[in-house]
Amino acid sequence: MLVFAFRRLLQAIPILLGVTLVVFGLVHIVPGNPIDMLMPPEASPEIIAQMKAAFGFDKPLYVQYFLWLFRALQGDFGLSVFNATPVWGQLIAALGNTFILAILAAMVGFSLGIGFGMISALYHGRWPDKLFSALATTGVSLPHYWCAIVLVLAFAVMNDFLPAQGMGDDAEPLYNRLQYLVLPVVTLSLIPMGVIGRLVRATVLEILGQDFVGALSAKGLTRWPVIRHICKNAAPPVLALMGLQFGYLLGGSILVETVYNWPGSGNLLNLAIFRRDIPILQATILVLATFFVLLNLLVDIAQAAIDPRIRR
Amino acid sequence: MPEGINVKPILGEPVLKAEDLTVRFKRRNTDVAAVNGVSFALRAGETMTILGESGSGKSVSLKALMGLLPPYAQIQGKVWLNGRDMLTMPKAELGKLRGGAISMIFQEPMAALDPVYTIGEQISETIVQHEGISYTDAMKRALGLLEQVKIPSAERRLKNFPHEMSGGMRQRAMIALALACSPSVLLADEPTTALDVTVQIQILLLLRQLQEELGMAIVFVTHDVGAAAEISDRIAVMYAGRFVESGTVREIMKSPKHPYTQGLLSSTVHGGLRGRVLETIPGSPPNLAELPPGCAFAPRCRHVTDGCRSGIIPVITSDSGAMVRCVRATETVTA
Ligand SMILES: Nc1ncnc2c1ncn2[C@@H]1O[C@H](COP(=O)(O)OP(=O)(O)OP(=O)(O)O)[C@@H](O)[C@H]1O
Ligand SMILES: [Mg+2]
Repeated sequence: MLVFAFRRLLQAIPILLGVTLVVFGLVHIVPGNPIDMLMPPEASPEIIAQMKAAFGFDKPLYVQYFLWLFRALQGDFGLSVFNATPVWGQLIAALGNTFILAILAAMVGFSLGIGFGMISALYHGRWPDKLFSALATTGVSLPHYWCAIVLVLAFAVMNDFLPAQGMGDDAEPLYNRLQYLVLPVVTLSLIPMGVIGRLVRATVLEILGQDFVGALSAKGLTRWPVIRHICKNAAPPVLALMGLQFGYLLGGSILVETVYNWPGSGNLLNLAIFRRDIPILQATILVLATFFVLLNLLVDIAQAAIDPRIRR
Repeated sequence: MPEGINVKPILGEPVLKAEDLTVRFKRRNTDVAAVNGVSFALRAGETMTILGESGSGKSVSLKALMGLLPPYAQIQGKVWLNGRDMLTMPKAELGKLRGGAISMIFQEPMAALDPVYTIGEQISETIVQHEGISYTDAMKRALGLLEQVKIPSAERRLKNFPHEMSGGMRQRAMIALALACSPSVLLADEPTTALDVTVQIQILLLLRQLQEELGMAIVFVTHDVGAAAEISDRIAVMYAGRFVESGTVREIMKSPKHPYTQGLLSSTVHGGLRGRVLETIPGSPPNLAELPPGCAFAPRCRHVTDGCRSGIIPVITSDSGAMVRCVRATETVTA
């Protein structure tokens, strides 16, 4: 098992290197040099050349790549082209804000999804199944931003239950600040709830159709031990999907963060794209991609720990 | 009577008795009559084999005995285990009996074992469930059981997952699991069908030896005449969800009365038949969704008469307890 984990970790290294190449390449395929865009049209060619040299945009692409990679490995992502503040600080702040939403939305969405999926499968074809299946389907089919707007209208505009926008400031008491979380978390948890719920239902139904479940009753096991067996068997595919979903949540939804005016990574990316802020773009995508790779690594290891047939 | 598990059956009293067991699978557009009135009584230490073709209702009968059929199955009749009616008892009570006083070996050990738990875990959780002893003690018992079913290097095998074992080894582990709480009745659903011949024989010998040691009653299900002759005291021949003939191994093998039994025996290759032309039974088993009235075997029977196709087929029971369900049997027995 340890050997498996270690091998998986080593395999992640070339993947991450590949990620840096793709990130760098993609960002530089986008036409438009940020300096050309930011400088006023009347700026003299000398000054433009000087600025380009300052940010390193004058060097050949491969040199730029290695320089960037070398610094990034040391945690130095350079300065934002737009406001010349360190990229790292902005990135950490935005990621942190998104992380709060992501972790809460994941907890809510995953637990509801697992609960609903489980109940649906165990009561297959009866009313709880129909109810929860309808809920799950709704969860995945409603557009995010539409839900966000409806929720804001219902709970913040027409009634004054919850704040509509932002995340409050540090001076407010904790209870008030928690209120800012409610609507975005609910919005973001809908899709994870739906997809996890449907996968759990399908997986558990498939497991229930296998002989060994009957054999468990034949051994005299009561309901809960049988459910424990079912859960362990259902865990690997569900974990994989949870990893993916959590990765998406970490990326931050541009639309949802825009509606709720939440200063997270989705917002940061959005701004960086419009401003051609290449250092921020590269750093954000790289960090998110790294999370994704590490998350999948964790999922792989967890799956192998649960299901011995996966270890190889 | 108090807890069935603890009551040692009085010799001669049947440990497992079924009376007119019937199973129908009735769904929206199908109505399968899988088991149509099965009766038997099994005493401690006795082995009864249910012999029948694929689809004759053998597995469904066993599952009905264990209460393992899906909710839409309609079960009728009576089943007593150590004198207690199994079909009407509450689910919690039944759970205590299953895996305890009555246990089952499945046709496909690979499918019947949970792939993500070790053999040791699967055996010991059964013991913990039934006897409430600690997990460590249960694990020790599991080790003893693996040794009892002659799994080599049992200590190591305890930590194996099902996919890490060979077919024969898995079946032995399955048997160990079934024996975990010293059942008084063991239901074995084609325990050797998935194995190759040499392993089949080993498993049969093992079952016979364990039965002698533990004094269980065994219901052994197979479509293999040789295995049936090898292991059983009595054989019941099943056709379309009914016992068409039953008797001691000698009676069935030496003088089969029912044309189906005769066909079944003569279509089996064994030494005594050398030089004779192998016969097969013409036609195929009936569709259980639309069973004909009268004898279900009539369409394939070469002795068929008008009496076979309608009315009630007489059941003739001899003094020795042998039974045959056939119109012709009256003639042969009385003649
Ligand atoms: N859950 C079910 N729903 C509907 N019909 C079923 C169900 N289980 C079994 N049957 C039907 O009952 C009949 C008897 O099946 P059973 O499994 O008892 O056969 P078998 O004698 O064990 O055969 P084999 O030797 O192939 O195992 C078959 O026609 C089968 O299609
Ligand atoms: Mg069967």
